[in-house]
Amino acid sequence: MSELHRLSALDLQGLLQSGEVSATELTQTFVDRISAVEPVLNAFVHLNDAALAEAREIDARRANGESLPATAGLPVAVKDVLCTLGMPTTAGSRMLEGWRPPYDATAVKKYRDAGMVALGKTNMDEFAMGSSTEHSAWGPTTNPWDIERVPGGSGGGSAAAVGAFEAPIALGSDTGGSIRQPAALTGTVGMKPTYGGVSRYGVIALASSLDQVGPVARSVADAALLHDVIAGHDPRDSTSIPDAWPSMLEAALRSGVEPDLRGVRLGRVTQLDTDGFQPGVRTRFAQLLELASAHGAEIIDVDCPHFDYAVAAYYLILPAEASSNLAKYDSVRFGMRTAMTNGQSTVEDVMAATREAGFGDEVKRRIILGTYALSAGYYDAYYGSAQQVRTLIQGDFQRAFEQVDALITPSAPTTAFKLGEQLDNPLTMYANDLTTIPANLAGVPGLSLPMGLAPEDGLPVGVQLMAPAFQDQRLYSVGAALEALIIQRDGSTLSARVPEPGQPRQQVAQ
Amino acid sequence: MSEITPDQVRHLAGLARIALDESEVTRLTGELGAIVDAVEKVGAVVSEDVEPTSHPIGLGNVWRVDEVGDTLTTEQALDGAPDHDGSRFRVTAILGEEQ
Amino acid sequence: MNTLVDLDVALEHFDPVIGLEVHVELSTATKMFSPAPNPAASLEDFAPNTAISPVCLGLPGSLPVVNAEAVRSSIALGLALGCEIRPTSRFARKNYFYPDLAKNYQISQYDEPIAYDGAVEVELDDQSVWRVEIERAHMEEDAGKLTHVGGSTGRIQGAEYSLVDYNRAGVPLVEIVTRPIAGAGARAPQLARAYVQTIRDIVIALGVSQARMERGNLRCDANVSLMPRGATEFGTRTETKNVNSFRSIERAVIYEIRRQATLLLGDTAITQETRHWHEDTGQTSPGRPKSDADDYRYFPEPDLLPVSPDSDWVEEIRQSLPETPSVRRRRLREAWQLPETDFHALINADLLDVVEATISLGTSPAAAKKWWLGELSRIANDRGVEVTSLLTPEHVVELDRHISEGTINDKMAREVLLAMVEGEGSAAEIIEARGLAVVSDDGALRAAIDEALRAQPDVLAKIREGKVQAAGAIIGQVMKALGGQADAQRVRELILEQAEQS
Ligand SMILES: [Mg+2]
Ligand SMILES: [Zn+2]
Repeated sequence: MSELHRLSALDLQGLLQSGEVSATELTQTFVDRISAVEPVLNAFVHLNDAALAEAREIDARRANGESLPATAGLPVAVKDVLCTLGMPTTAGSRMLEGWRPPYDATAVKKYRDAGMVALGKTNMDEFAMGSSTEHSAWGPTTNPWDIERVPGGSGGGSAAAVGAFEAPIALGSDTGGSIRQPAALTGTVGMKPTYGGVSRYGVIALASSLDQVGPVARSVADAALLHDVIAGHDPRDSTSIPDAWPSMLEAALRSGVEPDLRGVRLGRVTQLDTDGFQPGVRTRFAQLLELASAHGAEIIDVDCPHFDYAVAAYYLILPAEASSNLAKYDSVRFGMRTAMTNGQSTVEDVMAATREAGFGDEVKRRIILGTYALSAGYYDAYYGSAQQVRTLIQGDFQRAFEQVDALITPSAPTTAFKLGEQLDNPLTMYANDLTTIPANLAGVPGLSLPMGLAPEDGLPVGVQLMAPAFQDQRLYSVGAALEALIIQRDGSTLSARVPEPGQPRQQVAQ
Repeated sequence: MSEITPDQVRHLAGLARIALDESEVTRLTGELGAIVDAVEKVGAVVSEDVEPTSHPIGLGNVWRVDEVGDTLTTEQALDGAPDHDGSRFRVTAILGEEQ
Repeated sequence: MNTLVDLDVALEHFDPVIGLEVHVELSTATKMFSPAPNPAASLEDFAPNTAISPVCLGLPGSLPVVNAEAVRSSIALGLALGCEIRPTSRFARKNYFYPDLAKNYQISQYDEPIAYDGAVEVELDDQSVWRVEIERAHMEEDAGKLTHVGGSTGRIQGAEYSLVDYNRAGVPLVEIVTRPIAGAGARAPQLARAYVQTIRDIVIALGVSQARMERGNLRCDANVSLMPRGATEFGTRTETKNVNSFRSIERAVIYEIRRQATLLLGDTAITQETRHWHEDTGQTSPGRPKSDADDYRYFPEPDLLPVSPDSDWVEEIRQSLPETPSVRRRRLREAWQLPETDFHALINADLLDVVEATISLGTSPAAAKKWWLGELSRIANDRGVEVTSLLTPEHVVELDRHISEGTINDKMAREVLLAMVEGEGSAAEIIEARGLAVVSDDGALRAAIDEALRAQPDVLAKIREGKVQAAGAIIGQVMKALGGQADAQRVRELILEQAEQS
C-alpha cells in the first residue's frame, strides 16, 4: 500500500480497526515518508525514536484481544511547544536545546491514552512568535506547495508535515493564528478551539490568555477526530472549561455527507474583506460566498468596528504576557546557561548573557515591547487600553452573533510569501494575523479550511469560520458542509493536488 | 513619532535581564518606536467606562482540594539543570539583594 | 556611626512613625498554587528539593491552581483582623528576577487584595490597648531558599556560589500590611513587638499557621520614619527586613529611631532603602536603595481566575472564628482576678491556654497560676524545654486536689510534682510509694508538742501574753521531729488550744 500515507486519519483508523493495516506498518510508512521529504521541508525538529516500539505495543495489545480506543495506532505529529516525556521539547528555541520535560502535557497524555503514536515534534517559530516559522532556532520549514515559500507560522511544522503527508494529523497551538494561518498557507485544515476547550497544562506559554491547543489535518472530519481526543476539562489548568463537549466528529460527519446550508446565516465581516487583501484571496472568498449562498446559506454583512484595533491590542497584550512568561528562562533550573569568561561575573550577568544568547531577535523584540507596555507610567495607556479594546471586540462578536450563526472571513490576507521576504519588517509580518487575532482576543473558536488556489500564484487560500464561544461543533458542521461543496465543485480535495515537495505546482484556472 | 530612546531600550533590557549589545539597542530603538506608533491607537478608541478584559472566558473560583498531587523527585528536578550539587541548583555568586 | 543619640534624646526631638508588614506562612497540606507538600505545615525539615512539583520549579508549561484551603485560611485571617472581605479579588504577577523566584515573577495580589480595612487591638506591657489599623491582607506565594557558599561569612557578600532549594517556593503566604502607626512615641518599639505577637496569637488561635518565628513561619519587615515633634508630614522611611524574633523587632525599631535621629540631628538626610537586621550586633545595615529597578510591572495573572467567595461561606467562616486574643484576655482577667503582674507574666510565658485548661478542671486560678508559672516554669527553664511538655493540666489538678484535701503539704507537693515530671506515676501513686502523707493524728502531734515545750517552757506564757508568733518555734520543732510530714496548720491549732487551757 504505497499510498497509505495519503489516506485520511478516519480511513486509516478504519484500516487499523479492521486489521487490514497494523500500527507498525502504518508507522513505518510515515517514517519512510518523513525521511523522503524532510530534507526539503524541515517540518520536524525531532523524530520519536520509540514510535515503532509504541506501534508494536499497540499491535500486540490488539492481538491479545484487548479492547483499544478507536484511534489506537494512529500516527500524530506534535508541535514542539507541547511537553512530552521521552522526546525533547524546545519550543523552537536554542534556550531549551535538548531539554527533556519530566512530564507530559495534558493534550499529550490524552493522545497517548487514545493509543496514538507520536511521530515526532514539529518545527515552529521560537516560542510561537512569528507567522512564518522562520524564527525557529532550528531553521525554517518550507511550504510543500513551494519550497521557496514559508508555510506560515508559528505552527508551520505541523501544517507542512500534514500538508506533505508526513503525518495524517498534528497538534498545533494558536495564540493569534498559529494554527489557522499556516493551515491557510499550506492548504490544510486547522482549528483553534474555544479558549479553555483544550488544556494548556504542559503547553509552553506564549500569552496565557490567548494560547489554545488545537488540531491540524487535511480534512474537517480528521480535525474533529483529533479535537475529540484532546478536548475536555483539566483540573491542572484553571482556565479549562468544566463543561462536557459534544462530539466534534459526529458534527462533521453529519453535515459532510449531505451538505446543506439552508437556514445557516453566515456573517461577512466588512472589516476583514478589504482592498488590502491579495486579489486572489478576495476572488476565492467571493466565489465561496456565492457557492454557500447557492446551497442555502444566508450571507449577511456584519460590522465589527473594533476589529480594526485588534492587531494593535494583540501586540500589546501578547508581548506583555510573554515578557513575564519568558522570564523563567534564566539558566537556573533548566535550559541553556552561557559560560562567562570574566571571573568576576555574577548570576545577574549570567542570566542576562544567557537570555541575550538564547533568545532570537523576534523574542527579544517582543520581550522588550511587553516590558515597555507594562512598565510604570505606561501601563494604562498601553496594556490597560489593550485590555479595554478586548472588551470592545468581545462586544462586536456578541452583536454579530445576534444576527448570524457564524462569521466568515479569509483565513489570511495573502497566500504564502517567500522565505525572507518579511523578516526585516516586523509590522508587515504582524499584519499576517489580522484576520485570526480577533478570535483569540475574544476566546471564540475559529476554523480554517482550504477554499481553492489563488489564480495569480497557484497557492492555497483558506477560509475562516468563527462561532460563539462553546459552539465549536457548529464550526465543524458548517465547515464540513462547505468542504464537501468545494470538493464537489473542484472535483477533488485541495490537498490531493499538492505537488511532491520540490516539484513545480500546476497552473490554476481563473 | 513615539518617544523611544536608546536609554529607554537599555533600561527595558535591564528590567527584562537581556544583555543587548549596542547594535541591538540601536535597531530595537527604531523598531520599537515604529511598533509603538502602530499600537498606541488602542488609547484612542477606549473610554474610561469600558471594563478591561483579562480573561476571554469568564470563569471564577477555580480551586483545587488541598491534597498532595503530582510531585517531582530531586533527580527529576535536577536532571535538566545547567548546574547542581546533587540536591540543589547551583548558581554563580549573587550580586544584588533579595526583593 | 558608633555614637548614636540615646532613645530618649531621639524622642525629645522626633515622633516615630512605624509601619509593619508581616508575612504568615499558612500550614495547609499543599502549597498555594501547586499540589506539592507544604513544608510550612510541619515542624520537620525536608531534604532540599523534595517538596516540589513542576509548578514550584516554574517548569515550562506548568500552571498554577489555587488551593481552596489557602483561600479559606486567608478569609479567616482577614476576618480575624477585622477586615472586609472583597467580593471579587484577583491575583497579579509581580515581576522581578531573583534566583530563588522560580518563574521570576511572584504570584501575589495587587490592587484587589482579598482582605482590606481592618484593625487589631494590641495590648502593651502597661495594659494600655492600641488599635493598629490594617490596610490590607493579601494572598501570595513564598520564594525558595538560597544558601551562599564560599567566602567567610555564609553571607551573600564574598560568596563563590549559591545553592537553591525550592521546597519553600510556593508556600502559601498571607501578607498583612498596617497603615502607618503614628503617635506611639516612646511606646513605638514595644508596640511593634506586641503587634507581631498579637498577629502570632491570632494565627495560632485560628490554627492557620505554625507561627514559629524562628522557622520563618512568621516574618516581619519594619518600616520606620521620624518626623519632628508636632509635625504631621511623615519623614523618609527605611524598611528593615526579616527581623525574626519578637525581641529583635523591638530592638530593630529602637535602633532605627536612634540611627535616624542621629543623622537628622546632624543635618543628614535619610536614604529610602531596605536595611538588614543583625541579631549579633543589634544593628541594621543598608541594603538595596529604592530605584527604578523596582518597577515590578504588576498585571492581572492570566493563568488564574478571580476569587469571588460566596458571601454565605464568608459568614460561615466568620461564625466559626475563635475569640480574638484581646477579647479573651479581657474575659480571663475578669474571671480569674489574679494580680495584674501575675496575669501579665502568664501572657508573656504563653501559659494562658494551659492555665485556662487547668482551671476549667476545678483548680483555683491562684493555684493553677502558682504551679505553672512557678515550679514547672523553673524546671522547664532549667531543662530548656517547653513547660507544657512537662505535665498535663490533669496532673496539676490531681496534685492540687491532694493539697486541698490535706493529704500532702506544700513541701511534699513539690516532691510529688518533680516525681510526676520524671514519669513516676500519678500523684496518688507517688504519695503512696514514697509514704508522703502528712501526720494529722492528734495523739502523735500532741506528744511531739509536749516534747518541744519541755525544751522551751516559756512559749505558752508568751502566747497567753498575745505573742502568738512565738508558736512558730514549736511548730518548727514539731515539723523537724516528724520529718516534715506534720500538718502545720493542725500543729498550730493544738498549741494555741493548749495555751488557752493552761
Ligand atoms: Mg515588604
Ligand atoms: Zn509579600
